[in-house]
Amino acid sequence: MSDYPLTVSHVIDQSTPTSERGTLLEKLHGWVVTVDHKRLGILYILYSTFFLLVAGAEALMIRLQLAYPHIHVLSAQVYNRFFTMHGTTMVFLVGMPFLFGFANYIVPLQIGARDMAFPRLNAFSFWLTAFGGLLLYYSFLGGAGLYGVGNAPDVGWFAYAPLTERSFSPGHATDYWALALIVSGFGTLGTAINIIATVISMRCKGMTLMRMPLFTWLLLVVSMLTLVTITPLTAAQFMLLIDRYLGGHFFDTQAGGSSLIWIHFFWIFGHPEVYVLVLPAFAIANEVIPVFCRKAIFGYPAMVAASVAIMFVSLSVWAHHMFTVGMTSVSNAFFTLSTMLVGVPTGIKIFNWIATLWGGRIRFTTPMLFCIGFLFQFLIAGLTGIMLSVSPWDWQLHNSYFVIAHFHYVLVGAIVFCIFAGIYYWYPKATGRLMNETLGKWHFWLFVIGFHITFDTMHFLGLLGMPRSIYTYQPDRGWNLLNLVVSIGGLIQGIAVLIFAYNFIVSCWRGEVAGDDPWDAWTLEWATSSPPPVYNFEEEPEVHSRRPLWDLKHPDDPDWEYES
Amino acid sequence: MSSIPVGHPLRNVEWNLPSKRRVGMTALIVGESAIFTIFVIAYVFYTGKSLTGPTPAQVLEIPILATICLLSSSITIWRAEKAIEDDRIGSFTFWLGLTIALAAVFLRGTALEWKKLIYQDGLTVSTNLFGTTFYSLVGLHATHVVVGLFLLTSVFIFSLFGWVDSRQSERFGVIALYWHFVDAVWIVVFTVVYLIGR
Amino acid sequence: MQTLRAQSLIRRSSGAAWLLLTGPMLIAQGTTPSTLAPASTPAHQIFDLSIFVVAITGGIFLVVGGLLAVALYRFRARKTDPMAEPAQIYGSTQIELAWTVIPVLIVVVLFLTTARIIFAIQDVQKPTTALDVTVIGHQFWWEFRYPKYGVVTANELHVPVSSDSAPKATFLKLTSADVNHSFWIPQLAGKTDLIANHVNTMWMDPRKTGLYLGQCAQFCGSQHAMMLLRVYVDTPEQFDAWIKSQAQPTQQGPAVEAGRNVFERQACMNCHTVSGTAATGRFGPDLTHLMSRATLASGAMDNTPANLREWIKSPDTFKRGALMPAMQLTDEQLDQVTAYLETLK
Repeated sequence: MSDYPLTVSHVIDQSTPTSERGTLLEKLHGWVVTVDHKRLGILYILYSTFFLLVAGAEALMIRLQLAYPHIHVLSAQVYNRFFTMHGTTMVFLVGMPFLFGFANYIVPLQIGARDMAFPRLNAFSFWLTAFGGLLLYYSFLGGAGLYGVGNAPDVGWFAYAPLTERSFSPGHATDYWALALIVSGFGTLGTAINIIATVISMRCKGMTLMRMPLFTWLLLVVSMLTLVTITPLTAAQFMLLIDRYLGGHFFDTQAGGSSLIWIHFFWIFGHPEVYVLVLPAFAIANEVIPVFCRKAIFGYPAMVAASVAIMFVSLSVWAHHMFTVGMTSVSNAFFTLSTMLVGVPTGIKIFNWIATLWGGRIRFTTPMLFCIGFLFQFLIAGLTGIMLSVSPWDWQLHNSYFVIAHFHYVLVGAIVFCIFAGIYYWYPKATGRLMNETLGKWHFWLFVIGFHITFDTMHFLGLLGMPRSIYTYQPDRGWNLLNLVVSIGGLIQGIAVLIFAYNFIVSCWRGEVAGDDPWDAWTLEWATSSPPPVYNFEEEPEVHSRRPLWDLKHPDDPDWEYES
Repeated sequence: MSSIPVGHPLRNVEWNLPSKRRVGMTALIVGESAIFTIFVIAYVFYTGKSLTGPTPAQVLEIPILATICLLSSSITIWRAEKAIEDDRIGSFTFWLGLTIALAAVFLRGTALEWKKLIYQDGLTVSTNLFGTTFYSLVGLHATHVVVGLFLLTSVFIFSLFGWVDSRQSERFGVIALYWHFVDAVWIVVFTVVYLIGR
Repeated sequence: MQTLRAQSLIRRSSGAAWLLLTGPMLIAQGTTPSTLAPASTPAHQIFDLSIFVVAITGGIFLVVGGLLAVALYRFRARKTDPMAEPAQIYGSTQIELAWTVIPVLIVVVLFLTTARIIFAIQDVQKPTTALDVTVIGHQFWWEFRYPKYGVVTANELHVPVSSDSAPKATFLKLTSADVNHSFWIPQLAGKTDLIANHVNTMWMDPRKTGLYLGQCAQFCGSQHAMMLLRVYVDTPEQFDAWIKSQAQPTQQGPAVEAGRNVFERQACMNCHTVSGTAATGRFGPDLTHLMSRATLASGAMDNTPANLREWIKSPDTFKRGALMPAMQLTDEQLDQVTAYLETLK
């Protein structure tokens, strides 16, 4: 904790927050009708934490079913629902809301604004996302499906046509999938528009685009990418519903329609979507790493340029999910090249992070530990991605457990690790209390060990020929031991997440009081109280460099003398 | 953070950022363009691939009047924008009303066209690939026209009550931006469906 | 040829990579459908390419991961550190340029190596001696047709072995009768999807006789997991014998007339074909030579009389979600029709 000049004090509100008064019902009502970006951010994060536990439970059931061949933990039909729901939940109800939740909370604070550009749109978008998720999960209850698990979608999270057409998926399972995602997709679109307008139009005085914190920059890039990412999926889902309800033929192969067009549209959404998920993870790392190695991020302009490059190039790689559908050799070669090229700006970011660490003074706090895990794991994930981009090798690896291992390395090893880092880092700002460090370290070590036991092993299952989306496997294929090992790692991760959940809840009351700036950090959100007052800053701040608090704490050596 | 070191070059600097409303509407337009692009791609991909049923050349008539009306409504709405910026509310109300009338003529044209296609030519969304892609794409556009019409009519009514003046010119400008987008989409749809696709 | 020379160069430079990739074979069994035990030219080419890729990516991992590990160790915060913050380094144009250019060069090398293999596998000219097979995917079984021989069979594919002295490739055309499937025998070739309204092609030239396992690799519905594949690579003589017998219609014996009547009257013939009889249904697998297969229901169970009877009685026992309905036959009918099917050799 550092003492800095009193000049900052009058932007910090010392009065009692009004939220502490009122009855329980009044407090709940306050949360339901809120348009405050901080509360909405917390709502998003609570929502996604809940679904993280639900989808995690689904994953554990999947792994239990696959621990031995031909056991009957889950029947085929139930298993197919579980893996569909696991994927759909994790992408749309965990990944996106977590990251937009962080954006909601942090971005206005980091740019010195009072709230988002459109607070009511913000609230509307959250509730749309929330209701979309509830609609999706209602499918487990709604209707008389097979074996008592209702009509939950069972077509895989990418819902390939024509499997999703009426003739092959009667009943409402697919409709729940399409409608829930259309609804939550509009919510996502609203938040993306909000973030763009906020960042472009509401920065405080002196904060040019090249002086914004990298977290905010990346969320701007993500929001712009989201506009052209979610919308193709929404369009394709409308087309699917037209087929299913109005007798349309978009994907009706009997009428001359094409399954391939669904696959193209889905992956035109699906590939940039993974960048929508991973760029905010980078955003979090960009904040946490410099603070805990006590150095400015190395190569800020290159980081910005690399992010923008990723945004553009990621729109041109989608068919690397389609190397086996029978495209021409020239197409396959093109997408191999574009996919390898998108690895270049991504790799540059890793180098920049290592260069940031180099010459620093690294403090191994829990958020930093998660970022270190992220760095190693994202490196490996990127390299297995390069392996998959080699289209002939992908002809073997596609739809096998190697792909599952690769994308879980990104989604869990990079993104979830960064989400945990971000939670430990900003929890004190949002609640005024620190999370427990000892529990945090238990969480980290158990999680990283379980993660590697599961996902390192999984690569070999793919190499040995095990395809994905199967509810069981033949015992004579040599996959038995590896599957058991993978499942055990899953249990260990589950325990780690439970420790985290306990820490998350209990620290609200029992955590050490944090103060405004427990980490001795440099961006504007640490210049206000913890938690911030409703209006964030008493006076609009004015900044002259990328690290306004560094300038205040080091008036003899401010950043603006070094930044170009 | 209001203590700025004396002599810092950035003291008293101008700080102007783009209007958040325009940025928001532009972002929405980018997203909507992506949706339309996907429907256009589907339309183009399926051109000539219907296994049965009426073809575009057989049943489509070029909607010249409707198109002229819709595209001129961009001009009339621009005149309305100029009027509201200068506080000439009477002129504003006139040009806005004209815009609404032109849009209504366009929608009526679409309705008559669809009536003919459905009842005379037997083309519905389930007839063949052409039917599916045609009604989806043109229908998506028509839906956006309806939404725009709703927005414009609301403002028209407000202006009749005397509630509109130049202080709302930026908000009206954002609606006009949306309207221009709808017209631009029509240019694309018109070209793809009635010119190239026939 | 250039490709061979390049291949041997690649092979020699990647000893460690080879070890890493083949390690898992220690736990694999003889019937493991492993991508690391290629037995056909496309699978070999892919494997060799993969060794090269692992060598490069492995090198990158060691360098970058090593630098990361060194940084974490060398620059950890120590109690003996001075109070002031460390030197703030904002960037270095030279270093950043270097680590942009080097990855681009690596990409160029990787891409060119890969492109060569893409064209080598995909754009190969079909030799005139090649065997043609058409594969049609169904929920949840495989239909195989040998157009030049007039043979239609299901689930178990026979192809002749190929050798340098007597090359005999098999070229497959793949499509689907319903949803998307994917044909994957890892030891013989990369997978290729089966898509309705769309014909894909692939080829293989198995170098060793034996049984190769695989399965459907594109989620196709409830019993996707049990849409298994068996490919028998036969000697030329074995293959000739097999295909000749497959091309014969059934011999109709009077002993199983009761069973054949059950088959035809209880509507089995609506879905199944038995050539030489009135049964010409196309929805389900061709049963003319059912007894020449080692398994039933595309690998779901061994082909024994007991299993066959149970399958007909209640498909749900083995493969719940398969599209064959339980036909509600009496025990007597079941015995009769099973006896009949047992004669379809």
